[in-house]
Amino acid sequence: MERAYTISIFSENSVGLLNRITSIFTRRHVNIDSINSSESENPGIYRFTIVVHTTEEQIKKMVLQIEKQVEVLKAVYHIDEETVFQEIALYKISTQSVAEGNLVETLIRDNNARILSMEQDFMIIEKTGHKEETQDLLEFLRPYGVLEFVRSGRVSVIKPMDELEELK
Amino acid sequence: MYLEATLTPPIQAKLKTTGADAVLRSLVEEDVDLIFGYPGGAIMPVYDALYHYQDRVRHVMTRHEQGAIHAAQGYARATGKVGVVLATSGPGATNLITGIADAMIDSTPLVCITGQVGSHLLGSDAFQETDIISISMPATKWNYQVTKAEDLPAALARAFFIAKSGRPGPVLIDITKDAQFASLDFEYRKCEQIRSYKPVPEIDLNQVRKAAALINSAKKPFVLFGQGVILGNAEEEFRAFIEKTGIPAAWTLLGLSALSTDHPLNVGMLGMHGNYGPNVLTNECDVLIAIGMRFDDRVTGNLATYAKQAKIIHLDIDPSEINKNVKIDIPVLGNCKETLTELTEAVEFNSHSAWRSKFKEYDKVEAEKVIYKELQPTTGPISMAEVINQINQTTQGDAILVTDVGQHQMIACRYTKFIKSKSNITSGGLGTMGFCLPAALGAKLGAPEREVIAVIGDGGFQMTIQELGTIFQTQAAVKIVILNNSFLGMVRQWQQLFFDKRYSSTEMVNPDFVAIAKGYRIEAKSVTEREELESAVKEMLRHDGSYLLEVHVGKEDNVFPMIPTGASVSDIRLD
Repeated sequence: MERAYTISIFSENSVGLLNRITSIFTRRHVNIDSINSSESENPGIYRFTIVVHTTEEQIKKMVLQIEKQVEVLKAVYHIDEETVFQEIALYKISTQSVAEGNLVETLIRDNNARILSMEQDFMIIEKTGHKEETQDLLEFLRPYGVLEFVRSGRVSVIKPMDELEELK
Repeated sequence: MYLEATLTPPIQAKLKTTGADAVLRSLVEEDVDLIFGYPGGAIMPVYDALYHYQDRVRHVMTRHEQGAIHAAQGYARATGKVGVVLATSGPGATNLITGIADAMIDSTPLVCITGQVGSHLLGSDAFQETDIISISMPATKWNYQVTKAEDLPAALARAFFIAKSGRPGPVLIDITKDAQFASLDFEYRKCEQIRSYKPVPEIDLNQVRKAAALINSAKKPFVLFGQGVILGNAEEEFRAFIEKTGIPAAWTLLGLSALSTDHPLNVGMLGMHGNYGPNVLTNECDVLIAIGMRFDDRVTGNLATYAKQAKIIHLDIDPSEINKNVKIDIPVLGNCKETLTELTEAVEFNSHSAWRSKFKEYDKVEAEKVIYKELQPTTGPISMAEVINQINQTTQGDAILVTDVGQHQMIACRYTKFIKSKSNITSGGLGTMGFCLPAALGAKLGAPEREVIAVIGDGGFQMTIQELGTIFQTQAAVKIVILNNSFLGMVRQWQQLFFDKRYSSTEMVNPDFVAIAKGYRIEAKSVTEREELESAVKEMLRHDGSYLLEVHVGKEDNVFPMIPTGASVSDIRLD
C-alpha cells in the first residue's frame, strides 16, 4: 500500500549530497513530494526532511540506500502519526480585496493566520499548519484574488525518543 | 574543516609544493606504484609532476580512457589493491563512466582522478568542461571536487580509505587546474575513519548463534557464495565452514575461484547459465546460506518462485543488501572473514552425504545432455567449451582468466578450472562488452608472475581493440583467445529462442584479426580445424610475450543450460 512517509536524514554539510540523495529516488521512479534542509541541533550536522508517497517495502530499501552514503550519519522513516510536522504558507492578496471582503478578522481569528506585511497594494498573510489547512485557506482566499501563493516543504520532528540516540 | 575531521597525526613535516606534486606524493603515501590513464589539457600539471616520479609510479597510457579504467579494474581484481586512473576533464572524464558503473556494481576499489577546468571557469561551458561530479554521482561510492590545493592530501586520503574499506567501490576526485598549479604546505595523514561512515557493521553474535542453530538442524542445507568471500579475504574461513558442515556450495559469477573448482563440496555455478543441480536444488533445499552475494536477478530467476521452501541466512557486509531482493530469515552482518569464523565455531560437524549425492545425480544428467558434447565434440565446428578444455589441460587451473560478456563468458566461467582465488575477472553486474582486453592488461601488470588469459568474443574484442597498442607498448604477456562465431552470440541466441530467429543486427562481418594483431606487432594465429587446436593453445601459452589466438567456433552454437527470463530456477532448460 502506498502512503506518505517522512524521511529524516542527518548528514555532513557537503556539496552535492542532496544530488546523491535525490538520485536514489530518481533511479526508482519515485517522486519527491516535499524536501527541506537545515542545520540540526548539533552544529555541523544537517537535517533533511523528505516526504514521498511509496510502499513500506520500498521506503525501507531506499532509507538503507540513503544511510549507505558516506556522508550520511543516519536516516530514518516515519508515518505521519509518528511525527509532529508543519508547513508554512505565504499568500499575497490585494489589500483592497481584503478590505472589501472584510476578511481580516476571519483570517486572524478563524484561520490562525498572521499578517506579515501590509502595503498600499497588497498584503502578505502567513499560515502554518498541515497541507490541508494551508490549502483550505488558499481555497477560501481564491475568490478574492490570490496574487501569489507559496508553501514550504514539510519540517518534522519525530516522536520516538530513542531512535536518534547515536547522534547525541 | 570537514575533510580533515578524522585523519591520523602527521607523519612528516610540512613541505611546500604544488597541488599536482601533492597528488603524486599522496599516491606514493598510499603505496601506489602503477596507474592507468590518458593525458589531456586539464590534467597536464599532474602529468608534468608524474614525469618526476617515473621511478616510483609507473604510468600506463592506454589508447582510450575506457581502456584505462578497465585496466585498473583488472589490476584491482587480480591484486586486491586499489586501482588508480588518471584522466582529463570533459570527454576524458566521461569516457570513464562505463568503467565506474562497472566497478560500482561489481564492488571494485578504484580511485579515479580527473582534471577539471580552472575554478573560475566552473559552470561557464569552458572548453572540455563537464560536470563530472554530477554525472558520476550515482555510480560512485563517493566523489569530491577539489578547488583548493591545500585540500588535496585530505581528499585523496579519504578517497583511498573509502574505495577499499567495507564494501569496496569506485571513488572519483575531480581537481580543478588552478588547484593543481597552486602551492600548499603538504603533509599526508592517512584516513582511518569517517564519523558518518560505518564500513563494517558490528557483528551480532546472537544472529550468528541463530544461524548456527538453523544450520545444525538443517537436513538439506545449501551454500551460495559470491565475491564477498574474495573481497573479504575469507577463502580459508569459507572453506573451513563448508568442510566442517559438509554443505554443498555453489558460486555466483563473481564468486568463482574463491573455492577451488575441484573441491568436492563445490557443486558449480548458479544462475541463468549455471549448472543444473545447483539451480534445481535451490528450490529443494531447506536452508539456504548466502555468503557475500546479492541475489542478482541472473542468479534468482523469478523471485516469486525462488527458494520459497527454504529458510534463508544471509551473511553480508552491506546492510542494504539484506531483504533487497529476497526475504531473509536470519541476516548476519559483518565482514565474512569474521562472521564465518564465528559461525564455523558454532556449527556441528556433518557430511550431508545423501543430500550431496542429489547434486551428483543432476550432474550426471547435465553431463550427458550438455557437457560431454560441449567439451569433446567429434564432428562439426570447434565448440567454445573445447577451447576452454584445452586451456585447462595446459594451465592446470593455474591461470587468471579474464572474460568479456556474452556466450564465451558463460562457457568460459562454466568450464574453466581454478585452483587459486582472484583468478576469475569478468564484468558481472554491468555486463560491459569491451571489458576483457584492457582488464587482462591490468591483471597481467598487477600479477606479472601469473599466466593471464583473455577469452573474448569477436564482438567485445572490437569494442576496445585499440588496447592491443597498449599491450604491445607495455610488453605485457597477455594471451588473447578470440572465440569467433561472427555473431553477437548471446543476443543471437535470444533472437533464436525468443524472437523467432529474427537475427536483427547481430551478424558481424569481421576483419582479419590475425593481420590486426600483427599490425600491432603481436604474434597471432587463427584456427578452424579441431586437429590444430591443441598445438595452437600450447604454442600460445609457450610463446614468450603477448599472443592472439583466434578460434573459429560454431556460428550458431547456444549456451545451455538456460533459465529463460522470468522463469524459475527449477525450470532450467537443458536444450
